[in-house]
Amino acid sequence: MTARPLLELDHVTARYGPVQALHGITLAADEGEIVAVLGANGAGKTTTLRAISNTVRRDGEIRFAGRTLGRQGPEAVARLGVAHVPEGRGTFAELSVWENLRLGAYTRRGALKDDLSRVQRYFPWLEERRSQQAGTLSGGEQQMLALARAFMQRPRLLLLDEPSLGLAPLLVTEIFRIVKDLNEQEGLTVLVVEQNAHLALQLSRAAYVLEVGRVALFGPSDELQEHESIRRSYLGY
Amino acid sequence: MVELARRLGGAPKRKSRVSTGISLPVGLFLLAAAAFLVVGSAVSSIFAQQTVAGLAQGAIFGSLALALVLIYRATEVINFAQGEMAMATTYIAYQLTLWGLSYWLAFFLTLGLAFVLGVVVQLLVIRPVQHKSVLAVVIVTIGLFILIDGLVTWKWGADLKFMPAPFGNTVYHVGQVAFSRQDVGTLLVSILSVILLWLLFQFTKLGLAMRAAALRPAAASLVGVRVNWMLAIGWGLAAVLGAVAGLMTEPTVFLQPTMMQAILLYAFAAAVLGGLESPAGAVVGGLALGVFLNLVGQYVGFATAELRLPIAFAVLLVVLLLKPTGLFGRRQVRRV
Amino acid sequence: MRFVPAVVAAVAVALLPFALSGYHQGLASSVAIYFVAILGLNVLTGYTGQISIGHGAFMAIGGYVTAIMSQAHHTNLIATLPLSLAITFVCGVLVGIPALRLSGVYLALATFALAVSVPQLPLKFSKFLGGSNGLQTDHTVSHLWLYGVSWACAAIVFVLAWLLLRGRIGRAFRAVRDSEVAAASSGVSLPIYKTFAFGVSAAFAGVAGSLFVLATNGFAQPNEFGVLLSLKILIGAAVAGFGSLWGVLAGAAFVALLPEISGSVPLIGAAHGQDVVFGLVLILVMLALPNGFAGLVATVERGVKGAIKWRAAAS
Repeated sequence: MTARPLLELDHVTARYGPVQALHGITLAADEGEIVAVLGANGAGKTTTLRAISNTVRRDGEIRFAGRTLGRQGPEAVARLGVAHVPEGRGTFAELSVWENLRLGAYTRRGALKDDLSRVQRYFPWLEERRSQQAGTLSGGEQQMLALARAFMQRPRLLLLDEPSLGLAPLLVTEIFRIVKDLNEQEGLTVLVVEQNAHLALQLSRAAYVLEVGRVALFGPSDELQEHESIRRSYLGY
Repeated sequence: MVELARRLGGAPKRKSRVSTGISLPVGLFLLAAAAFLVVGSAVSSIFAQQTVAGLAQGAIFGSLALALVLIYRATEVINFAQGEMAMATTYIAYQLTLWGLSYWLAFFLTLGLAFVLGVVVQLLVIRPVQHKSVLAVVIVTIGLFILIDGLVTWKWGADLKFMPAPFGNTVYHVGQVAFSRQDVGTLLVSILSVILLWLLFQFTKLGLAMRAAALRPAAASLVGVRVNWMLAIGWGLAAVLGAVAGLMTEPTVFLQPTMMQAILLYAFAAAVLGGLESPAGAVVGGLALGVFLNLVGQYVGFATAELRLPIAFAVLLVVLLLKPTGLFGRRQVRRV
Repeated sequence: MRFVPAVVAAVAVALLPFALSGYHQGLASSVAIYFVAILGLNVLTGYTGQISIGHGAFMAIGGYVTAIMSQAHHTNLIATLPLSLAITFVCGVLVGIPALRLSGVYLALATFALAVSVPQLPLKFSKFLGGSNGLQTDHTVSHLWLYGVSWACAAIVFVLAWLLLRGRIGRAFRAVRDSEVAAASSGVSLPIYKTFAFGVSAAFAGVAGSLFVLATNGFAQPNEFGVLLSLKILIGAAVAGFGSLWGVLAGAAFVALLPEISGSVPLIGAAHGQDVVFGLVLILVMLALPNGFAGLVATVERGVKGAIKWRAAAS
């Protein structure tokens, strides 16, 4: 018997004021999967993540770990085990690296030390920079701090918004490697929004392609990668 | 301070758009000013007396200014009712002593009640409008000012009342200089409350969450911080600081509904002087303002008592025109 | 057709005093006086986005001009009004120039500094400015006279403001409020418009101040022009909301009449209860109408338009 997906979106709509951004998104992610959300600018990828963390006005049904996410605010969603790394990374530039990590573990009870040492394994360089003000880190370092911060939360689901944005290719590969490690070794389910479709398809098991607020296409990533016509028309390469 | 230590500890030289804490010129200026005060006090006993009295007054300005800054940082609003809330909580302490409690028991109980008052005010009256219009929130605080003033006058009347003196009336003599125990006590209590608050913000999980909620509410809610509750707690703590300021003011001006009105105005000047975003600045600004006003009043003939408030506001205007972010302020980058 | 409400109002205002006692005529005059002052602030904040909590200071200047000219030079009282307008206009421009460097809460605090400091000056320079007893005009005026003159002034500034705001200047003001950067890049000379707005705003407050002095038996006293007055004007502007000249009337009525009404509320009203009522009502009004009366008008308009559309679609 197949288990229910960890995350299910069922005809989810969302709007910014009078402007409708999502017109009924249906998607699912199984536990332990990496799922990519692709599409052009304005397709609604970021809005989909926002709908899950309830940082945008939305309707429709969203189920996480069996329970429906209703009116609960973003803090409640975070407490349920969803870590959202938004566009702009959501790091506290004015606070130190260590304070950012500590905030990541805000919803956790118990000793900080274990969480910190676990984070060390994936981001060893963070220890020596713990007093540095987060805003003075480079772009790549900030992205990694954002990931580390999300991981401190020990979430079941990680929502990643455009991790490659503004980063050099070498750093992007590094970050995707870390995400893959987190997924394989910690069992972290990841929903990643990306403009860089090529890399995202290599990382993920399944992908959804959005177009003007709707799911235009979805399927296993390897299949999507193979179909040249799909790549050309939807993924731009 | 942590920021200063971090800066001196050799963080990599990166161009950042956020700067906090003391900058070198300001730090040197303050050290020079402190040296000036020490030397002056050693030379002249009047100078010393005015300095100590100025520090005690300044500590009160600083406590109230800190309350203003706490709220401003969290909600970008100037709470016009801060002084009246302080005054009201002082009256509550008075009532407690009338009912038989000792001064210090009433003091601490009042701090607790002040916290509750601050939280309740934020929940009932500020939260409904805080996201709608900044002007509306300001007007609501003005409405609170008027309401609280009215309630206190209605319940207790406008005549002068007296509380037992917290520190007694003894006067210490060091050489030629006379310090009242009251002034010293005021200074210590105010500084202690500021230090406790600093410890809370720097070293506790709650304090960190409050700072995060004030700095970046959206990001804070994503990590699970209940931002609205942090704001309410911020108002509670600000009310506690106000209560301390009120209780430390009472021995000098005694209890009357208007007791905190002038002090609120001085607190505005102190907060701007220190930097509206900087808690440390509020305290230093308060102390500096207190000492400055006393010394100017003593040594500058033109500066008679009626000009005390305009002088404080002249300081405020000068700061706004030269360096609006104040002594400890941050540079803000304007995104187009 | 658009002018019908204005004409009706004008007729009502003209006929009203004959139905009122002297005391109530005085109250009605105070509505007009606050109207003029609040309109000034409304132009500044609502249309150029610059905040001021210092208009009491400009009222003080205008009031003292009237008192001094009348006492020292026996100038005709009505003649002091344009003089007051001119002088406070210049003061407003002088304040507006350094104000260019500030915005938001910093500008509010700077103007607040004015509100606090200016009324203290007559205490310091008591020889020229009368000290705490103040100065008095050479003669006082009747309630009816005051009513007529203050509502005439209100009508004049209303028309002035209306003319100003519908033309090029008004568009420039709105552009400044909505986006300074955009306005500057499309050629609107920011400093000139912003300082001009400050001047106009202060000028209106100055006239209100002169009328205020006439309303208080011709006395110009420091404690009449304290911080509370500036706050009242701000309150009036907030209750009025921005974007509606009629809202200003509602705001003026609120500030002028509510303290009176509060005093007669049973039980609490006596003694200092009026502050309790005033404060409470103010809070409740702000909670209900965060965008003031103008916001209410806008919401109603939207509702009406929506209902009309719905009816049209349904039929």
